[in-house]
Amino acid sequence: MTTPLLTVRGVKTFYGRVMALKGVDMNVNDGEIVTLIGANGAGKSTLMMTICGNPRAREGTIEFAGSDITQLPTHEIARLKLAQAPEGRRIFSRMTVLENLQMGATTGAPAEFDRDLERVLTLFPRLKQRLNQRGGTLSGGEQQMLAIARALMARPRLLLLDEPSLGLAPMIVRQIFDAIKALNAEDGLTVFLVEQNAYHALKLAHRGYVMVNGLITLSGSGRELLERPEIKQAYLEGGRA
Amino acid sequence: MEIFLQQLINGITLGSIYGLIAIGYTMVFGIIGMVNFAHGDVFMVSAFIALIAFLILTTWLGITSISLALLIVLVVAMLFTSMVNWVIERLAYRPLRGSFRLAPLISAIGMSIFLSNFVQVSQGPRNKSTPPMIQGEFVLLDSNNFAVTLSFKQLVIWGITALLLMAFWYLVAKTKLGRAQRACEQDQKMAALVGVDVDRTISMTFVIAAALSAVAGTMYLMYYGVVSFSDGFVPGVKAFTAAVLGGIGSLPGAVIGGILIGLIETMWSAYFSIDYKDVAAFSVLAITLIFLPQGLFGRPDVEKV
Repeated sequence: MTTPLLTVRGVKTFYGRVMALKGVDMNVNDGEIVTLIGANGAGKSTLMMTICGNPRAREGTIEFAGSDITQLPTHEIARLKLAQAPEGRRIFSRMTVLENLQMGATTGAPAEFDRDLERVLTLFPRLKQRLNQRGGTLSGGEQQMLAIARALMARPRLLLLDEPSLGLAPMIVRQIFDAIKALNAEDGLTVFLVEQNAYHALKLAHRGYVMVNGLITLSGSGRELLERPEIKQAYLEGGRA
Repeated sequence: MEIFLQQLINGITLGSIYGLIAIGYTMVFGIIGMVNFAHGDVFMVSAFIALIAFLILTTWLGITSISLALLIVLVVAMLFTSMVNWVIERLAYRPLRGSFRLAPLISAIGMSIFLSNFVQVSQGPRNKSTPPMIQGEFVLLDSNNFAVTLSFKQLVIWGITALLLMAFWYLVAKTKLGRAQRACEQDQKMAALVGVDVDRTISMTFVIAAALSAVAGTMYLMYYGVVSFSDGFVPGVKAFTAAVLGGIGSLPGAVIGGILIGLIETMWSAYFSIDYKDVAAFSVLAITLIFLPQGLFGRPDVEKV
């Protein structure tokens, strides 16, 4: 058995004195799509940000590609090719789409920029028409595509996606999920996906984790989790849209 | 008419100097949200560095070509002032990052007092003067008793300011460092997520701000021929006024604000009272803050969330 690409062991994260993660264990293997589902405030985004070192885990360890990244500063974690499209998209709104993508390539080699740009623009053709437009003027769906494209510009070994479907029309959500699927199947991209849209996420993912109040309570393959009655009840009610 | 033209020339010259200092205020404010009250004193220190470099070059090393000496002085002043500001940021501001908002501001005021006192003690309290560096002028218009002139040193100031502004614009708009700088201005958390070293970018902002104020300091020394330890305060506050007038955080705003303040000051001196020129400039600060708090080029744009 090979070691996982990302291993999170006993991680506890605090906001001031409030414990947001209460000892999380999970891992992501090379080539997988893994999803994390859970209610609002369960700590999903906190886990994503803790993996990237902001806030830093107070206890436990996080290993990525064989090295301990628990204490590394955020920008050095990014240099290990761990990219995130974070909660709320966080587009650089006063920079153009192209500049946003250039920012995404901060850790990349300049020689690869043109090829990578071509690749993400083929994946999201909508961005091509908007290249010189300021990020803040894009629609929500376009901003989400830009956030993912920006993360892809780093040529990540692991892509963290935090609620890419939030606030988007079902058709756009499908486009984005199709893109994630294609990236995984064709390029072998490893993805760790946080979602509230549990049905779509579990259908897409190889494996899933369920988080409740800062703890992982369930894990299993996407299909298994979809069949679990407690999941159906808690997260899929009316969610088959 | 002749007086107006002459004051226009003088005002633009003075305004170029204010503009170069104002960029430093605006950049630092943009990236860490702090008004760097020590910036005027960094400008004053740069003028002293330029003075010392000029004296070493001309008297000890015997360089006779003024343009060569001036060029070396400029480079030396930019280099040393950048180093000084880098150290200031490291010692006085970085440890306070993440502390309450007023802490770095108070630290900056302390740094300002330290710098002017340090120069006062080490260089003496009296005005220091240089021999005139550039002499000569063009007579543009000569009516019976008033000649409108454009001196060579004014031309040099215009030329160097324009050149530096173009280089600076290129740096901010087109280079990786400039992009990282703008990204940190908008969202430091995200900038770190894509791999930008935020602390280093903030350091570089202080370095660039200092380099530009060193250009201003060198020009100031060349223009007036004297400098004293207290020369940081008034030009500093005027440049701050320029940054506020232009819209703090806006780079073109800082330059245009600087030129406007220069013009207001010189025009006021010519038509009203030279004794009240500082009052005129500072009234602009108060009026701007009351009626146009976002400044001329401030950001009105609403951001989509």
